[in-house]
Amino acid sequence: MELMMSLAVGVLFAIGVYLILSKTLLRIILGTSLLTHGVHLLLLTMAGLKTGAAPILDGQTEAYVDPLPQALILTSIVISFGVTAFFFVLAYRAYKTLGTDDIDSIEGDEQ
Amino acid sequence: MSNLPVFPILIPLCTAVILMFLKDKIAVQRFISALSAILNIGVCLILVNRIDQNGIQTLNMGGWMPPYGIVFVADMFAALLVLTASIVSFAILLYSFRSIGVERERTYYYTFFHFLLVGVYGSFLTGDIFNLFVFFEVMLISSYALISLGGTKLQLRETVKYLLINIVSSTLFVAAVAYLYAAVGTLNMAHLSLRVAELGQGGVLNVIAMMFLIVFSLKSGLLLFFWLPGSYAAPPSAVRALFGALLTKVGLYAIFRTFTLIFYHDPGLTHTWIAWMAAATMILGGIGAVAYNDIARILNYNVIISVGFVAFGLAAATGDSLDGAVFYLMHDMLAKGLMFILGGIIISIAGTDRLKDMGGLIKRYPFIGWMFFTLALALVGIPPLSGFAGKVLLIRGGLDAGMLTMSLIGLASSLLVLYSLMKVFRLAFWGDEKEQVKREPIKLKGVTVSVVGLLVLIILMGFGSEWVYSYVSQAGDVLANPTLYIEAVMKE
Repeated sequence: MELMMSLAVGVLFAIGVYLILSKTLLRIILGTSLLTHGVHLLLLTMAGLKTGAAPILDGQTEAYVDPLPQALILTSIVISFGVTAFFFVLAYRAYKTLGTDDIDSIEGDEQ
Repeated sequence: MSNLPVFPILIPLCTAVILMFLKDKIAVQRFISALSAILNIGVCLILVNRIDQNGIQTLNMGGWMPPYGIVFVADMFAALLVLTASIVSFAILLYSFRSIGVERERTYYYTFFHFLLVGVYGSFLTGDIFNLFVFFEVMLISSYALISLGGTKLQLRETVKYLLINIVSSTLFVAAVAYLYAAVGTLNMAHLSLRVAELGQGGVLNVIAMMFLIVFSLKSGLLLFFWLPGSYAAPPSAVRALFGALLTKVGLYAIFRTFTLIFYHDPGLTHTWIAWMAAATMILGGIGAVAYNDIARILNYNVIISVGFVAFGLAAATGDSLDGAVFYLMHDMLAKGLMFILGGIIISIAGTDRLKDMGGLIKRYPFIGWMFFTLALALVGIPPLSGFAGKVLLIRGGLDAGMLTMSLIGLASSLLVLYSLMKVFRLAFWGDEKEQVKREPIKLKGVTVSVVGLLVLIILMGFGSEWVYSYVSQAGDVLANPTLYIEAVMKE
């Protein structure tokens, strides 16, 4: 299971980086989104998978899943959701104002 | 346990939420903003005083004892930075009343301003590394909004870059936290310090330490500052002042926290890296400051130089150099805030930010000119002003640690700072008056308060170095001796 997850993280990172390196703004945003999802999976994997039952703290449960990473991932997902939404709006506005979503031609004019 | 550490975060948070509902009532917005800023300065003074008398203040959220809950820790280092930040932000707030323009005020400028402060103060006061990430994000998303507010072409273009850099570095931050959690199984900073000491820092922990170094360097502009000069040039000068004075300092604070509290066991690796990065930052920043001919870029490169200089204090890691770094950080926040405000004033009275098109301003604005001159002396570290004490301590600490080359680079960078600021002074204030392109009528009246206030503080901090040092040395003690921090957090 850990191996599968690690592979998934690697693939997500690879695709994310590939998309970030592309020219159009939309692909870049999708790339950042995939990158953050890769990181969330990484966080989950790193904390250990399938170590027992649900984290019910009745004092007798010997083996339970660590609830902390899930809290962290939830927080991180909310943040990345907000940032991605902002990025989309920014990209739309940039497209409207600059007339292009190509990074190279955004770079070009000095104004 | 005391509730005091959370107030500096709570006050701007509540203010920001209240301001959201007062969109069109600009006078009320200004009044509430100023009131909240003053209140915050008061709370910070109380906090510093309390720490001075009763030691480090902690607050365990929800009554969960560390290492389980989220903990807020106000040691002297954090409290002094929060105090300085609240003073600087108040001055910048007064400046923005005059300079930011009704259009931006109506589109929630003050709300974002206060949310940014929440993030900054929160990053200083939190004692939990994931919480640090959350406060970083609060700060960053407000800064995205502040950079892009106004929506000119330049702003949109620079925001896209700034946003992308920060998303990638935040991603790395979470990845580093994930690895750290896998390696040591905790996120509370004091507890992390204990665990890392037990395990022995080496191998994988060094890799994690370097990941954190990369992340925080991206945020603070230590060596990885390629995004900074462009992004900070885009927004209006009040926002620029806020960023230049506060944002990079938060990254530096995070570097100091992690490398004095958690990863301090293998200085041969980590601190050597920091030393080289600091040296490169000072050299490259100095070259940038000398090379450009527009005020915005010169000032931005000056921010970069000082980041390198403070990081050098951490790399030397002696008692003196840590004290010096804290002192210099405080001075630098005040001075950089003032520098960007004055820079903004110069740009608006000259109607351009290119030095070539300026000249002779001293005839019409002698006051501004001599203020800028005094500030330049303070930044370089001429004795009666605030830059001196920090610089002496840093250099002495550096020499004690046997880092002669680094100390010399530090001193040489001061010369570059002097040269670049004198270039601004010479070209903008002396010489013949040029034909102005367009001159906006500006009201300096309200701005004078903040400018003079900051300058007076810089002078007082220089003359009262001894008195300030009594507080600064307490901050330096905590940095030099992590057990103080750990005991304060873990005792209850």
